[in-house]
Amino acid sequence: MNSKIDYNAMPDAAGHFGPYGGRFVSETLMHALDELQEIYSKAKSDPAFQAEFDKDLAHYVGRPSPLYYAERWSKKVGGAQIYLKREDLNHTGAHKVNNTIGQALLAKFTGKKRVIAETGAGQHGVATATVAARLGLECVVYMGAEDVQRQALNVYRMKLLGATVVPVTSGSKTLKDAMNEAMRDWVTNVDDTFYIIGTVAGPHPYPQLVRDFQCVIGREARAQCLEMTGKLPNALVACVGGGSNAIGLFHPFLEDESVKMYGVEAGGYGLESGKHAAPLNDGIPGILHGNRTYLMEDENGQIIETHSVSAGLDYPGVGPEHSWLKDVGRVDYVAINDDEAMQGFRTLTRVEGIMPALESSHAVAYAEKLAKELSQDDIIVVNLSGRGDKDILTVAKIDGIDV
Amino acid sequence: MNRIGQRLANLKAENRKALVTYIVNGDPRPDVSLAAMHALVEAGADIIELGVPFSDPMAEGPVIQRGHERALEHGTSLKGTMNLVKAFRETNQETPVVLMGYANPVERMGYEAFASQASDAGVDGLLTVDLPAEEAEALNVQLRKHNIENIFLLAPTTTDSRVERVVSLAGGFLYYVSLKGVTGAGNLDVDAVNARLNTIKQKTDLPVLVGFGIKDAASASAIGAIADGVVVGSVLVDAMGKNEQAGNDDILAALKAILTPMRQALDSL
Repeated sequence: MNSKIDYNAMPDAAGHFGPYGGRFVSETLMHALDELQEIYSKAKSDPAFQAEFDKDLAHYVGRPSPLYYAERWSKKVGGAQIYLKREDLNHTGAHKVNNTIGQALLAKFTGKKRVIAETGAGQHGVATATVAARLGLECVVYMGAEDVQRQALNVYRMKLLGATVVPVTSGSKTLKDAMNEAMRDWVTNVDDTFYIIGTVAGPHPYPQLVRDFQCVIGREARAQCLEMTGKLPNALVACVGGGSNAIGLFHPFLEDESVKMYGVEAGGYGLESGKHAAPLNDGIPGILHGNRTYLMEDENGQIIETHSVSAGLDYPGVGPEHSWLKDVGRVDYVAINDDEAMQGFRTLTRVEGIMPALESSHAVAYAEKLAKELSQDDIIVVNLSGRGDKDILTVAKIDGIDV
Repeated sequence: MNRIGQRLANLKAENRKALVTYIVNGDPRPDVSLAAMHALVEAGADIIELGVPFSDPMAEGPVIQRGHERALEHGTSLKGTMNLVKAFRETNQETPVVLMGYANPVERMGYEAFASQASDAGVDGLLTVDLPAEEAEALNVQLRKHNIENIFLLAPTTTDSRVERVVSLAGGFLYYVSLKGVTGAGNLDVDAVNARLNTIKQKTDLPVLVGFGIKDAASASAIGAIADGVVVGSVLVDAMGKNEQAGNDDILAALKAILTPMRQALDSL
């Protein structure tokens, strides 16, 4: 590993993380992205903006989220001591709200009265609908028609919050198609609409600003771990779809060379089956949704349909910074299959009384494997990025139970 | 200057407006695409834009999205699109052909391989919707090497300073997007288009063609009066969709029925 890498220097002025990232959108959106970049640069160095963001995180989201020592689970596994960063305890039940709070404040700065979002599992849609309700903004959420089916509870939550949920029936009817449709909306309504992207992907400056908003996770976890244990963790584990919860946890630790990091992709039916959502494990670099990054695609450059039991990970791309962190070797990207993730869901629910989202269950399952390889003096911090209530119908269906 | 520049220079000398037509290769099925290209020429097309289907056509409205989906169902690829151009060139050496699509299929093939194979096939230009000037330099180097023009879009939101940046890289012609939106959307605001064209014209000698929202003789005539030509797409792809089950002859007749009045309208300006 090259210890001279300055992780804070990324991205460069044009939004590149090495060869990844950038701005690959139609001409109509270029000006809006320039404007967003300018507004964000100002906000970033504006103490008043930062103070308002911190205040909202404390009083509306409920931060800091606890770092919880999963003692019973750790003993049962019999290896490293496992700590859970409890993003599931945030208002709206996932890490997504950290970012939507930040972007909604940016939207407020621009004076735009309408926000749009894409969503997979519905967590980002709910988090967007929530901040839109609070600020009195019109909110339209695009969601793949298949995800509308499997995440019915979140769809209804968004509607209760006053959002319009638009089912997207083109392509594979999942997150990637929702993102296409959100881009189409944005290109049409660019003058009065702020696009709240939910992950660290998309055209520059989104990967950077979403990362910056999510870094509160890692900053807190680092301080909490030092305070609770007197040392840094040996390893961090987080699931990676687009990768916002993972980058949020990892980024503040990147310069701590002793801390190993594991990004867990959705292995679906297994990497060898081809039916998964693990571009960093089994994809190649390409261009989609405004950035260059690892993608799942065929030999003609067509994006292929992905599979994961968890809607939030069911995406053929990944944030460009993860592609770069893979190439420079700072983070190991691994995969956990559907059935392993389901086992992780059940274990944490029964052993600790904490029901993880199916996305986070991928990280839980990998952490259990990793803990067994480490010693009892070692510490693993797992990002419990969301709670599992939204997945109960999916789990019941797998169990053959009609709720 | 390649076929695009020659064709547009000839039109200018004749004081005529360019009619650029867009269809998607393989839509509604591959066996009609070659005949469709020839039919477009017979109906008065000056330049053919051949859509390369992509799984995620983010800038397209529902009509052209469905065109891409129909083509992909038949396994249409970038490589296959080059083969179509090669077949077209067997009997037509004059009509410029521009490939229009998204960056990833070109990225996958590799910029150098793309430029060299496209040139061999007889392709004259490339319009990559999601490859703006800021990201286009590496591809541009290869395209220049093989005498393929890089066609860029300009939009109502393109600032004056960006216009300068884009025209410094552009070749062939500039494609002005008449409205904020996806293909096939909305109604034209001819006065607004005219105002922007005047600004753009001060910054470049390249012909400026206008697309998005041109759907009949009246809109072609209104835009033709202020631009160097028009680009027609969604209305042709819509006809492909409506004639999906029809025989080839009916498809060709439908294309001609749309284009003939547009050609006449442009020629009577």
